Amino acid sequence: MGLILQLGIIFGFLALGELVVALTGVPLPSSIIGMISLTVALKAGVVKIQWVDRLSAFLVHNLGFFFVPAGVGIINCMGLLADQWVPIVLASVGSTIVIIAVTGHTHQFVRRFYSHRANGRSGPRAASSLGDGE
Amino acid sequence: MEFLTNKIFLIALTFGVYVGAQILQRKTRLKILNPILVSILCLICVLCVFGIDYQTYQEGGMYIDAWLKPAVVALGVPLYRQLENIRRQLMPLIIAELAGCVAGILSVVLLAELFGASREIVLSLAPKAVTTPIAMEISEAVGGLSPVTAAVVVATGIFGGMAGFRIIKFANVSSPIASGLSMGTAAHAVGTSAAMERGERYGAFSSVGLTINGLLTALLAPFILELLGYQV
Repeated sequence: MGLILQLGIIFGFLALGELVVALTGVPLPSSIIGMISLTVALKAGVVKIQWVDRLSAFLVHNLGFFFVPAGVGIINCMGLLADQWVPIVLASVGSTIVIIAVTGHTHQFVRRFYSHRANGRSGPRAASSLGDGE
Repeated sequence: MEFLTNKIFLIALTFGVYVGAQILQRKTRLKILNPILVSILCLICVLCVFGIDYQTYQEGGMYIDAWLKPAVVALGVPLYRQLENIRRQLMPLIIAELAGCVAGILSVVLLAELFGASREIVLSLAPKAVTTPIAMEISEAVGGLSPVTAAVVVATGIFGGMAGFRIIKFANVSSPIASGLSMGTAAHAVGTSAAMERGERYGAFSSVGLTINGLLTALLAPFILELLGYQV
């Protein structure tokens, strides 16, 4: 499909997000609301994938480029970064380790629990066998 | 010299620097030479050397900035493509993402407070695990400094991409799905590209992790910050 149509759809969903934020005052970025609405519309078949596939592939694959100018804005807060680089570095590294450990282990645990139930074992028993360090 | 502040020139310069940074990474294959990071640093050097202020740069930069929001909307397409994968194990994914998202925001906020970060730095760090356009939007919504967020997000991604699988091994996470998922949850797109190198399955679930965590962080960060006593 033509790029003008694709642009119209992407910007249309962004405008929808802006409208929702303006009407409800919900503390969410308009782009996130647009993204969810687009997913729902694709799922519901209101929007066909071939109406947005080319533009979205371009935008998603070049996501990094679009925030370069905003990143250059760092020039205006160099002082803050220089003053507080210690807490920034320690908190970011520490939190990254926490996220990986928590996400990975929670997923493994819950998935085992569900596959035990799917295999016909009782939930509590599956849970207790996991507790034994399975 | 006047020409250096021409906005069309500044847009062209941004494209040029980014292409150069992409070539540099392709040639050297060094993860630390992330094109986003290298471009930002190069442009800052140019602005400093020629005494161009950020406001002047942004007269051109805003035309590139304007594509951030549509690019986030476009993430709805890969999300739609992953719907089948997501539905097949909806509960494990959602519970793991919820746990990872809450643990991530809590840990970064509490650690930053512990090490003495100021209020605006804490607010800027809260969304640091998610992909930059989303993180910057959240940062602005909660009263953080979006340029600080952008810098920290890129740095976090690079760290996660380089050290992520070592942390996964160290933390004793063994399943490929859980590993991929945690890479995307902790280190967004940069983590996802590292996961892709390890295998399709790792990469697919890493992209699920980056999308769901982006969404959950946008939804939960304002409330978690409020619970921790921040007026957002």
